[in-house]
Amino acid sequence: MSFRDVVESDEFIISSEVGPPKGIDVAEMLETAEQLRDRVHALNVTDNQAAVMRLSTLAACVHLKQHGFEPILQMTCRDRNRLALQSDLLGAASFGIDNVLSLTGDHVVVGDHPQAKAVFDVESVQLLEIIAELNAGKDMVGNELHGTPSFFPGAVVTPDANPLEPQLAKFDKKVRAGAKYFQTQAVYDPDAFKRFMEHARKHDVKVLAGIVVLRSAKMARFMNKHIPGVSVPKNVIDELQAASDGTQTGIEIAARFIRDVKDSCDGVHIMAVGAEHLVPAVLDAAGIGSVTQ
Amino acid sequence: MIVVRQKPLKEIVKAVAPYRRILLVGCNTCAAVSLAGGELEVDTLVQTLRLASSQEGTGSVFEGAVLQRQCEPEFIEKLEIDDCDALLSLGCGAGVALLADNVDIPVIPALDTMFIGSAKGLASWRAECSACGSCVLGETAGICPITRCAKGILNGPCGGVNDGMCELGDRECAWVLIHDRLAKLHREDEFETTHEPKDYSVKTKNPEWDAHARGGDR
Repeated sequence: MSFRDVVESDEFIISSEVGPPKGIDVAEMLETAEQLRDRVHALNVTDNQAAVMRLSTLAACVHLKQHGFEPILQMTCRDRNRLALQSDLLGAASFGIDNVLSLTGDHVVVGDHPQAKAVFDVESVQLLEIIAELNAGKDMVGNELHGTPSFFPGAVVTPDANPLEPQLAKFDKKVRAGAKYFQTQAVYDPDAFKRFMEHARKHDVKVLAGIVVLRSAKMARFMNKHIPGVSVPKNVIDELQAASDGTQTGIEIAARFIRDVKDSCDGVHIMAVGAEHLVPAVLDAAGIGSVTQ
Repeated sequence: MIVVRQKPLKEIVKAVAPYRRILLVGCNTCAAVSLAGGELEVDTLVQTLRLASSQEGTGSVFEGAVLQRQCEPEFIEKLEIDDCDALLSLGCGAGVALLADNVDIPVIPALDTMFIGSAKGLASWRAECSACGSCVLGETAGICPITRCAKGILNGPCGGVNDGMCELGDRECAWVLIHDRLAKLHREDEFETTHEPKDYSVKTKNPEWDAHARGGDR
């Protein structure tokens, strides 16, 4: 079953993500993916995540596809202008990679090449519109394509952004620009998430709640400090701080969030940040079994 | 105005080291208002370089002059260069460039040109305009997203916004500000407007502009 089929069905959607290596050895990435086989419907492949230079997301997607996984190509606008974005998208489609997640991207300043010239020729909303045009058989300036792709575009949203209203306005724009599914940033406050879902339910799109698997209070504090858009609340940090086994507590917290939001959304997107081997345990603890392939 | 700031002194000292008679040229327009290229700053830098030179024993001579505007030929014509072997410009990039076009000796920049900005308060400025050549301020309530959003986003805040601050932590989120001001102006319906990708060729295709000859592309 393709990711598109799952999203278009009534099934509870499970996605997770893997990061391409810094280097050319993809063995570890494939091993990580292997740990998630049968437990997720699709795997996001990050695109120079947090502006840290890595093997290309497209190449990593090809490796995963060749090993029988269903990749979601994350495409940021930070490192490519409109020519390069369209060109890489067509390249992806030529390999049968249709799931695309449109992102603006973290700024280069937060990454490992802060001296770089950031591109941001277009951004997430405009990239969704470009994808729609490619799907219609034309490039963004109206030139005909030889062979028409059929991308399945998705996007991201921060359900507890502060302030929330501008974020919701942007969410609406992304829906109008053609996003079919949304993976949210990490959810820590189920009530805030449910309030967001009341808004999201006005649209015919699927929402996957973002779940981060934390492993220690130290990790949570580090992420708050260094990862844009991440803010682990104090009560969660305190819970991890008090735990004798941080990993086990982290798994329980993630599973609890999944149970809390399960009935108000369409799926979950689990971000294990380097500890993907814990994802099956999180899903087990949340009472979610293997997925139908 | 063009906002400028002085380069690190060490860099300036190194750049002028090969020369013996250096004329510092200030600019009494933007650079003076930026507190980096007016009479006071030229005098201060002349004294500083003289001191540095005497400590190093290089025997270099430094003098100062201030032009009304370094970016206009009619003001540059008035400059007396005498037997100088280099100019040290305390003007913006345009001033340095026009000086260099009009003299036969090296022109060294003493300032870095930062942005087109407004005065926030005494001796503080904020970037307001990127001179993109196709202004969107009418659609964004007078707050430039090309300039004030670190990513130049045209369609709303990114996921990095945190309590109204940019993910870079050094500025307010331009899109939160735009959103608030549109609301204040009762222009909420514009929240829904999707802005198309910008046409950057406008800037590329207009390297020069002649208002009388209607130059460029219009």
